[in-house]
Amino acid sequence: MTSRKTVLVLGGSSDIGRAAARAFAKAGYDVGLAGRDPAALEPDAADLRARYDVACSIHKFDVLDTPSFESFVSSLPALPDVVISIVGLLGTQETAQADLAHATTIMRSNYEGPALILGLFAEKFLGRGSGTIVGVSSVAGDRGRASNYVYGSAKAAFTAFLSGLRARASRGGVHVVTVKPGFVRTKMTEGMKLIGPLTVEPQVVGDAILDAVEKKNDVVYVSGKWRFVMLVIKTLPEAVFKKLKF
Amino acid sequence: MTLVSGWGRFPVVDTEMLRPRSFAAVGDAVARGSIARGNGRAYGDAAIGAARTIEMTGFDRVRSFDPATGRLRLEAGVQLSDIIETFAPRGFLPFVVPGTRFVTVGGAIAADVHGKNHHGEGGFGRYVDSILLRTGQGEVIEASREQNPDAFFATIGGMGLTGIILEATMRLRPVETGWIRERVISAADLDAAMRALDAGDTATYSVAWIDCVARGGDLGRSLIYLGEHARADELEAGAGRFPAGKDPGLAVPVDLPSMTLNRYSVRAFNELYYRMGARRAGSHHVVSLYPYFFPLDSVGAWNRIYGRRGFLQHQCVIPTAGARGVLGEILDRVSRRGDASFLAVLKKLGEGDGLLSFPLPGYTLALDVPLKGDILDFLDEIDRLVVAAGGRLYLAKDARQSRATFEAGYPALPRFNAIRKALDPDGNIRSKLSQRLFDEV
Repeated sequence: MTSRKTVLVLGGSSDIGRAAARAFAKAGYDVGLAGRDPAALEPDAADLRARYDVACSIHKFDVLDTPSFESFVSSLPALPDVVISIVGLLGTQETAQADLAHATTIMRSNYEGPALILGLFAEKFLGRGSGTIVGVSSVAGDRGRASNYVYGSAKAAFTAFLSGLRARASRGGVHVVTVKPGFVRTKMTEGMKLIGPLTVEPQVVGDAILDAVEKKNDVVYVSGKWRFVMLVIKTLPEAVFKKLKF
Repeated sequence: MTLVSGWGRFPVVDTEMLRPRSFAAVGDAVARGSIARGNGRAYGDAAIGAARTIEMTGFDRVRSFDPATGRLRLEAGVQLSDIIETFAPRGFLPFVVPGTRFVTVGGAIAADVHGKNHHGEGGFGRYVDSILLRTGQGEVIEASREQNPDAFFATIGGMGLTGIILEATMRLRPVETGWIRERVISAADLDAAMRALDAGDTATYSVAWIDCVARGGDLGRSLIYLGEHARADELEAGAGRFPAGKDPGLAVPVDLPSMTLNRYSVRAFNELYYRMGARRAGSHHVVSLYPYFFPLDSVGAWNRIYGRRGFLQHQCVIPTAGARGVLGEILDRVSRRGDASFLAVLKKLGEGDGLLSFPLPGYTLALDVPLKGDILDFLDEIDRLVVAAGGRLYLAKDARQSRATFEAGYPALPRFNAIRKALDPDGNIRSKLSQRLFDEV
């Protein structure tokens, strides 16, 4: 069993987290699921064990509890081969505009927490000389839009952090993947108007993460259409962009 | 409110859609006029709530699996495609699969779906050991052949009307490979087709595709597909033991104009189809389980070929004794009408397992019928033939049969209703189908 590769999924109860865990377990990885409510992760752990006959452990992890990060990492029974952060909070843009506490929670959940914990893993991985770090960021971080710039700006910061970390860590044998899923049909987007052809199921993202890790991709748009859409959005002149309602 | 339809895209109905994420939330979601919905592959109005529709596809976890017995416990929203993909590489398949793998376990139990092996091995429900059911009055009960057997046999084939199926324990079939050893037989007419199916009683799988355009002496011209699970030593060298299932690569992107399928285009297609099949007749060959069991799954959203108005599927079963006469009459009417149905599927069924299960010993005929003109009147006449022969219609396919047809076909209905009343005295669980056929008005 010791020869099997291991993956740790931070945000394991999210739809993309569950999908990523399934993809890795199917490929033969033993899995650690980390989340705020360990009891809620138990059914997913049982699912992975029953489906793929892999080992699956559960860890308590709260992305807002940054002081606990050091002990979280040191208390893991073993350093995983791959760590994936799917943690994030869409929040409500309109609320965040006036409610500083809500805006802070969005920023900390999407940037501060994920960046700090992955940074910590990067140090450990660099010490070992191997490992893969996956940060699930967002196309929303490619350009701040009127409808979700609090969330988008935090994702932009996270994307920049991952980019810098990748440049540094690559010299030490550690690979960093940035994943930008686009629209995914999940709990987070439930009730939102999503554009059908640009929307994918969580499992597509889970499979794309595994694929990116195995192929050592750097920045992954889950659907190639998004790379194009965001290229257009990024190149629009600000004078035009600011008039757009989305 | 959301506009929802079944796979046949008729009828389209306004309903409140809910997507609970926990069993507790399922309980909270149930109100007057609720029904569970799986992957929406029932053709008509079975999975649309009288007021609310509770989408269950999010419940997609496996609870446990015992490779020694093949026993699998899972949440009701797991799809058969998922079971096949996950467990085929471990040497297990579902005992029963319908013509599409994109159905949930909950839906497969509720419709007691049958496959090409029903004549010998029974339906989906026969391999279900136990069901976790949230009844209409709010109890969560485990129902099996030993424990709450009334609820169990009413839930198998009960169209979701006994409550919300939350979990189930089913048995999987150990298999050496994911390949099927297929034999094609060509039959020149209906008599030959029925004889070939009778001769195929000993085959694990059997089904006939009938060319509905063929008339007169060619009436009932068919290709019969028999199948057995292939052993590892029957595979071609280099073939993997378990073929990969491809996602639908080809999808119908838009609703085709309803004139795309007309008697001339289809006559040409059927002629070609029959001749190509007939060329392969007699010999054995090994095919992947995916095209064998799920030929239409390779075309995404194939229901769009019938255009925006949608289509009906008419599937009846006729008891063995009178089957030849009635089937001949139905096929004759269909072929003379010309535009009713182009291809039909004929298959033998055995005893049903649930109180309202569709199968009975006899022959089942399934017709795809584009919705147009006076087609509903035409089908009403076919129903009269079915009822007179002691047959019935498949509720998972139905969108239009009358109460009289339904009541004549399902003699266990009073007993089913009594059990349903005990599980749901306030009448919380109600679908558009139950309003149409079951419920007191």
